[in-house]
Amino acid sequence: MIEPDWIWGFVGGLMIGLAATLYLLVNGRIMGASGIVGDLVDGSGRATAAERLAFLAGLIAVPPLLVPLYRGVDTHVSSNFGVLIAAGLLVGIGTRLANGCTSGHGVCGISRLSPRGIVATALYLLAGGLMMFLARHLGGMI
Amino acid sequence: MRRLIFAALAGGLFGAGLLVSGMVDTLKVQGWLDVFGDWDPTLAFVLGGAILPMALAWRWAERRKVAVLGTPVPARHDPRLDSGLVIGSLLFGAGWALAGFCPGPALASITFGGWGGLVFVAAMLAGMVATPALRTRFTPAHT
Repeated sequence: MIEPDWIWGFVGGLMIGLAATLYLLVNGRIMGASGIVGDLVDGSGRATAAERLAFLAGLIAVPPLLVPLYRGVDTHVSSNFGVLIAAGLLVGIGTRLANGCTSGHGVCGISRLSPRGIVATALYLLAGGLMMFLARHLGGMI
Repeated sequence: MRRLIFAALAGGLFGAGLLVSGMVDTLKVQGWLDVFGDWDPTLAFVLGGAILPMALAWRWAERRKVAVLGTPVPARHDPRLDSGLVIGSLLFGAGWALAGFCPGPALASITFGGWGGLVFVAAMLAGMVATPALRTRFTPAHT
C-alpha cells in the first residue's frame, strides 16, 4: 500500500531537487545547507556572504508562510536539551569535517555520482541507524 | 542583485520542499533511521524525488561549464576519501539520529520549532564555529 506520506515525501523531494537545480544552474553553487551556513559562521565564506544570507533568508522565511495550510505542523523536537546540545554539536562538527550533509552529499553528491557524496551518505546512514538502535532500543533515551 | 533574488528563491523552495516532504518532523526522520523498530521509508521517496531533477541538472551543467549568472560550475572534488569525510560523516549520522534534525530542516523550522529547535541550531552553529580549530589540531595539514 502506498501511503500519502510517501507521495508528499516525493513531491517535497522534487521541490528540494528543483531548488538545488536552480541554485546550480543559475547561481553556479552547490546547494548544501551545512556549507552555506557553515562557511558563513566560521568566516571562510565572507566573499559570498550576501548570496548565502539571501539563501538562508528564503529557507527560514518561506516555511512559516506555508504552515497555516497544514493542520498543525509539529517538529516533535525533543524537550531534552542535553540530547539536543549533544546532537547539535555532532551535526555541526560532523558536517563541517565531512564537508557536507544530507543536501550537499546526499542530494547534490549522489546525483553527480560523486564517490565522496556516495560514501558520506552511506556512512551517515550507517551511523544514524546504529545510534538510533543504541539510543532508542538499548538506552531508551529518545 | 539577480544573484541574491535567485539565491532567496532557491532557499525558499528548499524550505518549502522540506516542509511539504515532512522532513521538518524529527519523528519521521528518526523513523527512517529506526530500521530495528517501526521503520518509516518516507525519506527514501524524498531523496529519490530530489535526486531526479538534480541528475538532469548536473548533465546540463557539466556540458555548459558556466552557470547562467556567469559563475563556473563547481569542479569535481578530488575523489579520494580522507579521514575528515569518514569521521565527520559518522559523527553527523550519530547526531542526526539523536535529534532527528540535519542542518536544512533545523533551519527551515526554526521559526515554529520552539525552544528545542533553537537549542539544536545554536549548538550546531557552535560546532561549526569550533571545527576549523579542531581540524588543525587533530588532522595533519594538507601537504
